[in-house]
Amino acid sequence: MDTEEKSNQLEHETALNNQTLYWQANLKLLAKLLVVWFAVSFGCGIILVDWLDQFTIAGFKLGFWFAQQGAVYVFVALIFVYARQMKILDRQFDVGDDDSNQEPQS
Amino acid sequence: MSTQVLTYLFVGASFALYIGIAIWSRAGSTKDFYVAGGGVHPVVNGMATAADWMSAASFISMAGIISFIGRDGSVYLLGWTGGYVLLALLLAPYLRKFGRFTVPDFIGERYYSQAARIVAVVCLIFVSFTYVAGQMRGVGIVFSRFLEVEVNTGVIIGMAVVFMYAVLGGMKGITYTQVAQYCVLIFAYMVPAIFISIMITGNPIPQLGFGAEVTDGSGLSVLQKLDGVLLDLGFSAYTAGSKSTIDVFAITAALMFGTAGLPHVLVRFFTVPKVSDARLSAGYALVFIAILYTTAPAVASFARLNLVDTVHNTAYDEAPEWFGNWENTGLIAWQDKNDDGVMQYGAGAALLPAKPIFDVDGTRGSHGERLLNNKSTESANEVYIDRDIMVLANPEIAGLPGWVIALVAAGGVAAALSTAAGLLLVISSAISHDLLKQTLLPRITEKQELLYARLAAAVAVCIAGLFGIYPPAFVAQVVAFAFGLAAASLFPALLLGIFSKRANKEGAISGMLAGLVFTFAYIAYFKFVAPELNSAEYWLWGISPEGIGAIGMLLNFVIAMTISHLTAKPPATVQALVDNIRIPGGAKAAENH
Repeated sequence: MDTEEKSNQLEHETALNNQTLYWQANLKLLAKLLVVWFAVSFGCGIILVDWLDQFTIAGFKLGFWFAQQGAVYVFVALIFVYARQMKILDRQFDVGDDDSNQEPQS
Repeated sequence: MSTQVLTYLFVGASFALYIGIAIWSRAGSTKDFYVAGGGVHPVVNGMATAADWMSAASFISMAGIISFIGRDGSVYLLGWTGGYVLLALLLAPYLRKFGRFTVPDFIGERYYSQAARIVAVVCLIFVSFTYVAGQMRGVGIVFSRFLEVEVNTGVIIGMAVVFMYAVLGGMKGITYTQVAQYCVLIFAYMVPAIFISIMITGNPIPQLGFGAEVTDGSGLSVLQKLDGVLLDLGFSAYTAGSKSTIDVFAITAALMFGTAGLPHVLVRFFTVPKVSDARLSAGYALVFIAILYTTAPAVASFARLNLVDTVHNTAYDEAPEWFGNWENTGLIAWQDKNDDGVMQYGAGAALLPAKPIFDVDGTRGSHGERLLNNKSTESANEVYIDRDIMVLANPEIAGLPGWVIALVAAGGVAAALSTAAGLLLVISSAISHDLLKQTLLPRITEKQELLYARLAAAVAVCIAGLFGIYPPAFVAQVVAFAFGLAAASLFPALLLGIFSKRANKEGAISGMLAGLVFTFAYIAYFKFVAPELNSAEYWLWGISPEGIGAIGMLLNFVIAMTISHLTAKPPATVQALVDNIRIPGGAKAAENH
């Protein structure tokens, strides 16, 4: 195996490794956001709804509010947080599709 | 100008707008037709997705259902918005990176199998057609009430308009008309909501008015007052649930995962230029959707309060005009059980059978009401009110001016047409692209494929129209189940295709079939074979047919993973494909292949 081939292979492995790390970071972020997603909808809106109803917020029973208003607001926030965090990860691992760092395509 | 004339004007003007856009944005290539050329701005796509998503069911029926079932109605609010989180986080960006035209395209390539592609096409057509039939019916209802034409004429006019822009413009035409339709429908939804919120609570923001104090000096909040009024009439409290927790859990899950697996929504994310745009676009879509979905429960509570106020203990002779108008369409009925000429409203079904059967000769009773052939029930309730009228009748019930009522009619039509068009497009592209180009007739040119796509869209419009005119008894019942079927068949195959490199064709195909067959059989058994057994004691773990898609989905996952591990790994090229879609870099625009 000559040196050029070796360095090519090394580059290839680094790229693979970089991709794996990016994917793991993505999965970690997904797990965190999905925990919140589950907690506000199935958690506060369904499983804990009766217990939360003993508290009041702005004229609503709290459980009822989560089920018919609150969870939806959190959902919207979750998607924008995800889009933002992923953009940061894309840049960090240099795998994004922004025109600025796009590699030439064959 | 009378409300009638205003309604013609508003609906007519909105139709002219949609057709104008269709002519301006004609599709020139299959790429235009399937994915609008792939260059749609994420905000525009978000708005189009919102219109695509919010159907006649969201616009007309949802607030009405919540109005009558109170807290249990949360399943729709949570299910139909929470699904977007799954869509944005788990599917949309990767499918965009994959960069082809249709959902079966992805399944066929990822599972390297034409059989998998065909199974996906079957699931897609099944889900989309059950859904589209309901839309055409929605158009018919709006026309029959507001334009006083026959339901059937209404359906045909609706078909003609959809035909114009779906067949001519394909995805490109649909995208830009959907943007216009979103503007019409959200304006039409918000204006009466804001008016009514001000009238009842003095707060112009319905989301806040929903929790505010009623301005009648009682010092009670809207929900407290509503709970009290309903308890007095023998109903259960508005803010209390009557469904079991496990059933609510399962229904919400089926709706959420079903939403994420709906082909006509997924395909919208194929139209944006980049992967990062797909993520952002799902966020914008949910913002646009949330505006309506957080207003709907407020509208539901205001409408219920107004309804009880106006109807209960009112003499029929003094009933407001809207009551008679809706009675004429057959969606309201009154049976004077105690012969006092006054309408008593309360808990329990007023009639037996529950839907009114009007006297065929159109005979009127002593107070001018339409006579019924139903038997009366034990219940003291004398009034039948169809849930579907709540949003449409709400402005009239609240006594709002004619132009608001006309606006709501135009909004209802916009909601139904935008969804119908999106559904028809995925049906036609599944046929022309996946069935013909990719499977049966691989030699056709792009031009021929485009022609087939238009033909398929035209045929699909006609079938949808027929469903609207002759609604088979089962259609209305199965529309809600489209979600369960999508959750149990398509969602797991898509998710595993991205997140598991081990999932192979044997696993995916058996998983999809198992999920679809199990869910379909459970629904068919309780809805058609043995409807008398359709109650909690006979259900599997207390889960109703509406929620069984959640179990079907788990079954799909378990079977797909087990069989995948027992059979050969997917080939190296497919594993490389999975690696490739996991990173956004180098996303190419959708190409013909």
